[in-house]
Amino acid sequence: MSLLQVKNLVVEFPSRHGTLRALDDISFDIAPGEILGVVGESGAGKSLTGAAIIGLLEPPGRVAGGQILLEGQRIDHLNNDEMRHIRGRKIGAIFQDPLTSLNPLYSIGRQLTETILAHLPVTPQEARQRAIQLLKDTGISAAEERIEHYPHQFSGGMRQRVVIALALAAEPQLIVADEPTTALDVSIQAQIISLLKNVCKDRGAAVMLITHDMGVIAETCDRVAVLYAGRVAEIGPVHQVINHPAHPYTAGLMASIPDMDSDRERLNQIDGAMPRLNAIPQGCAFNPRCPKAFDRCRQDRPDLVQAGANMAACWLHDGSAA
Amino acid sequence: MSDTMSNAKPQPLVVAHDLAKTFDVSAPWLNRVIEGKPRQLLNAVDGVSFEIERGKTLALVGESGCGKSTVARLLVGLYEPTRGGLTFDGQDAHAAFKSADAQKMRQRIQMIFQDPYASLNPRWTVDDIIGEPLKEHGLIRDAEELKARVAELLKSVGLSPLDMVKYPHQFSGGQRQRISIARALATAPEFLVCDEPTSALDVSVQAQVLNIMKDLQRERGLTYLFISHNLAVVRHVSDRVGVMYLGRLVELADKHTLFGNPQHPYTKMLLDAIPKMHDTGRARTPVQGEVPNPLNPPSGCTFHPRCPQATDICRAERPALRDFKGIKIACHAVV
Repeated sequence: MSLLQVKNLVVEFPSRHGTLRALDDISFDIAPGEILGVVGESGAGKSLTGAAIIGLLEPPGRVAGGQILLEGQRIDHLNNDEMRHIRGRKIGAIFQDPLTSLNPLYSIGRQLTETILAHLPVTPQEARQRAIQLLKDTGISAAEERIEHYPHQFSGGMRQRVVIALALAAEPQLIVADEPTTALDVSIQAQIISLLKNVCKDRGAAVMLITHDMGVIAETCDRVAVLYAGRVAEIGPVHQVINHPAHPYTAGLMASIPDMDSDRERLNQIDGAMPRLNAIPQGCAFNPRCPKAFDRCRQDRPDLVQAGANMAACWLHDGSAA
Repeated sequence: MSDTMSNAKPQPLVVAHDLAKTFDVSAPWLNRVIEGKPRQLLNAVDGVSFEIERGKTLALVGESGCGKSTVARLLVGLYEPTRGGLTFDGQDAHAAFKSADAQKMRQRIQMIFQDPYASLNPRWTVDDIIGEPLKEHGLIRDAEELKARVAELLKSVGLSPLDMVKYPHQFSGGQRQRISIARALATAPEFLVCDEPTSALDVSVQAQVLNIMKDLQRERGLTYLFISHNLAVVRHVSDRVGVMYLGRLVELADKHTLFGNPQHPYTKMLLDAIPKMHDTGRARTPVQGEVPNPLNPPSGCTFHPRCPQATDICRAERPALRDFKGIKIACHAVV
């Protein structure tokens, strides 16, 4: 059974000029221990999907439709108090900037033990031992001393290790990692990604990895979902999506990434830009930029259909599914 | 368009020799006196030399804090070098920046900045932004002519002349970066210093901007210094690549040599750190350790604490950048 199921999720932002639909009918699931990558351009709704799952949508944003189920239980309509028991205990979160996700006034030991004590039935001594072990597991040397240190005494990469330790503190089954390496240097990114992958595998935790870096997705994930203008354009096993993309948007996205292995004079580019939320075109949101668009694309909105090993929201694959 | 020399070896357009910039990051005078703290100097760039031929692209790569952006700012004259200098087309550029001919030199060297949200004035319309360098340098005085030239510049970066009356907030990130490119091109420069021009952009938009930059280079014979931390982008745009570590060049080579057969252990480490798109599942060896504090750099070769091949000599003696099989490298282990 799936650990997390997102069914027809709709997130809306009421505004003076009408309601903006930021996520429109998003569905996917994550199996226990699986790493699902979520990619897309800025504004596609990647982070919003993550925020909706951990119940941290910024008001006035709200879940206007659909369901989010964790182990078969709905979590999208819980109130703040109920959600607090899930956040941390069942779903851990890692954000982009490690400096803003740590409290600068508390030592990291205090932040870790506080989280452990809040969720697990242990004594303060046990919590401290656990915190030290977590720091060791995330590759922080001299953990016994460093546990007394404050966030500013750590470098960026080390801070992100602390944040990972914090997310894992109460042994959640799901980690939502929103751009965990974007604020870090290239050389450090690889360290953090392999750490995240290994610690989650050891604990059997599933990961929803939100990033715009296809290279990171290719190396880390089992499956990947490509978002475009608040909808899932394509979802499937990571090798399939990268090497045999079914949706023209995915194909264009892959071709626009400079490649380390081939020499091209020009990169393939997708002309235009993603539409604004208040001006999503009729039919398929990608149709004005799509090289293969035909009449139906301009009129009817496609839903996800089977396209080879992937699922793609594209009329090109409508016949092949039937 | 440019007069090529008939000599066997063309003279490089840009020659940086032993460029260095030291920042004084000492505590305030009173604190130094009361607390007895010494002066503290930060060697942001510590003796960097390179040449760029006309019409070519040199890329500088390295981690944050290695001095890439400081080199960019030294080249356009935003900083004055502590040591060394820049020869541009046979002329001492920093002397020219201070002389009466400063305007002329500035017209020939322009810069594109990283963040198109911060580098465009939000209260100005696009024609003000792009027309500013033309007016400032006294190139065009007539209002009609100015409009025509701005329209031409907008077209050259793939925007519509009708966009002239709009404000920066009406554009997407990629379009804004094209406006900054149009502004940089206004004075018809020969040399463009691009400091991370695409790192604030999405990949599909990054491709648009990189393609425009390559097209412009081909059409106008532009020379680029391209700074980026994204090695795949660097591999796409550059002819030669310099790898920087803590304010110094550690390897400088032709693109194919550097990516195909990297010599310096740091270059190898950086290349190894790039996630590969296609052979998925391959385990990489992540780079060990982090960049040391530049205020207190390690002895000898500053890379030795992270280097798998470090020996005693690396800890004691700093390697100089030397020629080796057609490339330049600063490493004791490469012989």
